[in-house]
Amino acid sequence: MGARYVGAAVARVEDPRYLRGEARYVDDIKLPGLLHAAFLRSPHAHARFRGVDTARAAAMPGVVRVFTFADLEPFLKPLPVFGAPPPGLAERIRFTIRPTVQYALGPGIARYAGEIVAMVVADSRARAEDAAEALEVEWEPLPAVVEMVAAARPESPRLYPDWPDNVAVGFTHAIGDADAAFGAADVVLEERFRIQRYVGMPIEPRGVVAAFDRRDGTLTTWNSTQVPHFVQQGLATALGLPPGRIRVVAPDVGGGFGTKAAGYPEDALIPIAALALGRPVKWSEDRREHMMAAAHARHQVHEIALAARRDGVILAVRDHIWLDLGAYSGWGIVLPYNTVAHLLGPYRIRNLQVEVAAVVTNKTPSAPYRGAGRPETVFAMDRAVDCLARRIGLDPAEIRRRNYLGADELPWDLGMPYRDGNPLVYDSGDFRSALEAALAAAGYAEFRGAQKRLRERGIYQGIGISGYVEGTGIGPFEGATVRLDLAGRVSVATGAASAGQGHETTFAQVAADALGVPLDWVTVVGGDTAAVAFGVGTFASRSAVNAGSSVHEAATAVRAKLVRAAARLLEAAPEDLTIEDGRVSVRGAPGSAVALAQVIQASLPTFARAGVAAPDFEATACHHVPTVTWASAVHVVRLQVDPETGVVTLLRYVVAHDCGKVINPRIVDGQVHGGVAQGIGGALYEELVYDEHGQLLTGSLMDYLVPTAMEVPPIETVHLEYPSPRNPLGVKGLGEGGAISPPAAIANAIEDALEPWGVRVTETPVSPARLLALIGSRRTA
Amino acid sequence: MKPAPFAYHAPRALDETLGLLARHGDEAKILAGGQSLVPLLNFRLARPAVVVDINRMSGLGEIREEDRQIAVGALVRQRRLEVWAQQGFPLLADALRYVGHHAIRTRGTVAGSLAHADPAAELPALLVCLEGSVVARSPAGHREVRARELFVSHLTTSLRPDELITEVRLPRLHTGAGWGFLEVARRHGDFALVGAAAVVSLADGRIAEPRVALFGCGATPVRASRAEAILAGQPPTPEAVVAAARDAAGALAPESDLHATAEYRRRVAQTLMVRALGLAIGRARGNGP
Amino acid sequence: MTRVIRVRVNDQAHERQVEVRRTLADFLREDLDLTGTHLGCEHGVCGACTVLLEGEPVRACLLLAVQADGARVTTVEGLAAGGRLHPLQEAFRAHHALQCGYCTPGILLTAAAFLAEHPRPAREQIREMLAGTLCRCTGYQFIVDAVAAAAQAMSP
Repeated sequence: MGARYVGAAVARVEDPRYLRGEARYVDDIKLPGLLHAAFLRSPHAHARFRGVDTARAAAMPGVVRVFTFADLEPFLKPLPVFGAPPPGLAERIRFTIRPTVQYALGPGIARYAGEIVAMVVADSRARAEDAAEALEVEWEPLPAVVEMVAAARPESPRLYPDWPDNVAVGFTHAIGDADAAFGAADVVLEERFRIQRYVGMPIEPRGVVAAFDRRDGTLTTWNSTQVPHFVQQGLATALGLPPGRIRVVAPDVGGGFGTKAAGYPEDALIPIAALALGRPVKWSEDRREHMMAAAHARHQVHEIALAARRDGVILAVRDHIWLDLGAYSGWGIVLPYNTVAHLLGPYRIRNLQVEVAAVVTNKTPSAPYRGAGRPETVFAMDRAVDCLARRIGLDPAEIRRRNYLGADELPWDLGMPYRDGNPLVYDSGDFRSALEAALAAAGYAEFRGAQKRLRERGIYQGIGISGYVEGTGIGPFEGATVRLDLAGRVSVATGAASAGQGHETTFAQVAADALGVPLDWVTVVGGDTAAVAFGVGTFASRSAVNAGSSVHEAATAVRAKLVRAAARLLEAAPEDLTIEDGRVSVRGAPGSAVALAQVIQASLPTFARAGVAAPDFEATACHHVPTVTWASAVHVVRLQVDPETGVVTLLRYVVAHDCGKVINPRIVDGQVHGGVAQGIGGALYEELVYDEHGQLLTGSLMDYLVPTAMEVPPIETVHLEYPSPRNPLGVKGLGEGGAISPPAAIANAIEDALEPWGVRVTETPVSPARLLALIGSRRTA
Repeated sequence: MKPAPFAYHAPRALDETLGLLARHGDEAKILAGGQSLVPLLNFRLARPAVVVDINRMSGLGEIREEDRQIAVGALVRQRRLEVWAQQGFPLLADALRYVGHHAIRTRGTVAGSLAHADPAAELPALLVCLEGSVVARSPAGHREVRARELFVSHLTTSLRPDELITEVRLPRLHTGAGWGFLEVARRHGDFALVGAAAVVSLADGRIAEPRVALFGCGATPVRASRAEAILAGQPPTPEAVVAAARDAAGALAPESDLHATAEYRRRVAQTLMVRALGLAIGRARGNGP
Repeated sequence: MTRVIRVRVNDQAHERQVEVRRTLADFLREDLDLTGTHLGCEHGVCGACTVLLEGEPVRACLLLAVQADGARVTTVEGLAAGGRLHPLQEAFRAHHALQCGYCTPGILLTAAAFLAEHPRPAREQIREMLAGTLCRCTGYQFIVDAVAAAAQAMSP
């Protein structure tokens, strides 16, 4: 059982259907008698409403039904919430957690612009929209709570009148003795950093189709989701049906990035409409809806302080952190605690003190997005470290050399729990080597010389560094079922739905190696609850670790069953058998080889004889991971600033990263590139902007600026493989990493470029106008 | 995001088109390239009762070369003019490359962009810089509307609802004239935050007939007339250029929006004007392409 | 209000009655079942719906179906000739130039038109061409590689 496929850059097996335009996304699904839904959404950020007058809308051509809260009340259960602190964490930290109750369709109050007020179902989408416009609602606007830090103050108007303030999740946390370290420090650096609201923005918006089959009482729903099993559980609760009667299929999904890992009102409303009407119903989110109603993300403020010795050794960190949750708190401790758990990153720091407030505001609810707290916390930390370096006259690379952990110091125990309640211990890696690898690949030392010469010619180039260590592959598990057919061909089913990550290829690589069959014998199905009973979904860089391990475990179990049957057939000892290329043979006797199909067929009874073994070539695994694996990377970016216009041009981008054992290097590169591009968006372009009334000003892709091929520079990757001891494949998670460091690295590089003027970048995105304002005040000073 | 219902006409003859516009007035929208109108229809931000699609009209698809100008028919696509201009009108080609993306320019018309009158768009600024004009036709006849009279305010022209632009007239540069066209946008293909178009000639080593248009920094493209007067007759020194640009920037009344502050626009207008004039002077000297 | 239109799509003639407010993108997807043309924004920015109209790239979301009456349209379904992948499609697979695949059809068609005009493009030209379509998965680098490789493969 050699690793024939794992580690190889095999071309993706799923590509041909995408390239031919034959992939099937939710909006491509058509069913006989299909109806179309459109929503009336609140135009106000915060308002009560009385009675929706549906008479005019209901009478419009093509309209089948208008649904309001009153029509659906029996079906409407509060949407599922996540993120209760697990044991191990709850014991260590006292969290204040105030739950919010969100309904799929609002009962008389809207808490963000975009919240659903009513649903129209008609014979076409256009006519459903016509009718939604004709609904009449009597609104009573309430004060909108918009700015997060102000919202956290007790005197702010409140979203939930029975709360003492707008803080939904609050806690303090400390390790070591930060007070003593600050007291003993030579240097104390304090700074305030702001990370904006920005988000995944998949090119395929969300979508839901649902059909109820009266004959067998099953509901089938296709949903552009990363988490079909979560959607299934939510529907089981809302509809009072057993999970087995609800089939959730995530077909081809056009990008997720976390945005499609949340539970949404539409997930329930479309199935409810299909049940109520006895006809299939489709809703395809349009971009305007996506901007205001799909989850937002990021937006944090950090008031951070570093205590350091004169030689640059960092002794302690204090951080006061605010997070903007939007109108509902559906994720509990996930984002705030992620933020804290990743603050120290690759740095050797033993003293930490944080105070955290996750705040509700009258804005679109936020949810984890690619990095989920890490890009924000890394921005605060790595910006602060660069500021400290400048203060004490050290090069940003040198201060990191003095503080980064090396291989000899791992495993490294932070002395606190991770989000899963288990001890936070970095399992493997070498952050100092990653730093040196990234610096070498980026030509850091040479650049320093060139930089001076360029400056003399009025050309301002800079180089910036950021590193992170990332808990990946969080459990509890992912389900995988491996099954052989009569010909020995393999089907693999897993709850880890793919939204472009190439699961059909990577899990086939894992299964093919574990079974000893050719890659093209394996077919992977992700995202169909009918194909695998238990599942969690794809998010949090967890699929390679959890699903990969489960696929490996299940395939290994099937292999054992094959070997047992083949041993009977070949009259050999099981331990003498080997499976290669889909054939079983006695080791050292290639002539003995029989095809897997023969083994399987021999296990079935004939008229003449019983089978040689039980005809059971199927196994399901929900592999248990002890805790997360710790992936890491160092990013180095080179850029040029035009000090007359504030325009930043990225020149080169280098990523030296460790995601443990690499399953498919080409797919890994693709994930890194895509993550970096999104991080560049966060650093320089993307922001969801609200006005003081809680109205979203960036409501289209004209204003929300996703980077194009002209804004993303060439990206070079250096793979450092430090296998994780925490799973059988030695893999670590990968999906999010690329997006974590770009904002910090780019901001650091901008400051580096403008070092002669001492410009300090404290917020993103660094738009030309923001940067020119910073330069202006410094140059004239 | 599907358009609200509308009635649709695709007239072939000019009389028919003008008749429809006269009959429906404000209720009608002209559909040419559709790259600005159709997004507004899809968002239901524009809800015309009648859409008059002029794409089936004959005789509006020509680029006619005349001695001192080129005449661009109302249905000439931006992409077609861009390709045409690569030979003999590089300023035009340069400006058009900034307009959206290839697939937008394939459909978008030159006349349509002018009629849309976005103050951050390239073509209105170019028309102002070149002192071009449009020919507008209505049942009452036709008139030539010069650039400076065409643009009234943000997305507003002096054209009446019953008028149709049938032709755009772009004066050629004088022999030996140099030009510069620059803009700063958030991303490639976006509308400009700020831009500058400049044309100059040199006569006896002095600046002659300077023309500068700034865009993205006012309710319409702004002709920097006073700065032009400052420059005219001056030797083409950096000092003269900077002084003129400072004057022009000081006279601007830009607005702040999501993407840039008024102050940014003023400052960068000055910078781009200096750079565009620098390019223009360089080309006039025969230093540039 | 409806009209009857005749459109030639991927060398096949179609005649349909359509609402005048229906876009070409919806017409292709809903009336002709050509769901390879994807809608990402319906305001002309993302480029996922880009198709070829008379051989030139256009946003199918910004064209009314009635405007395509009498025209020749190529969608991604028409790119592979006789079941064989187009060199661009081959190169996209070889270079891992797609992940979720949603933007891919628009990019393939834009690139096909581009390579017809620029058989030996510089990488910077490729990037400028690609800037008209948003991809959220790949960071574009492997797409640039794939288009460059396809240009090589297609050059005589």
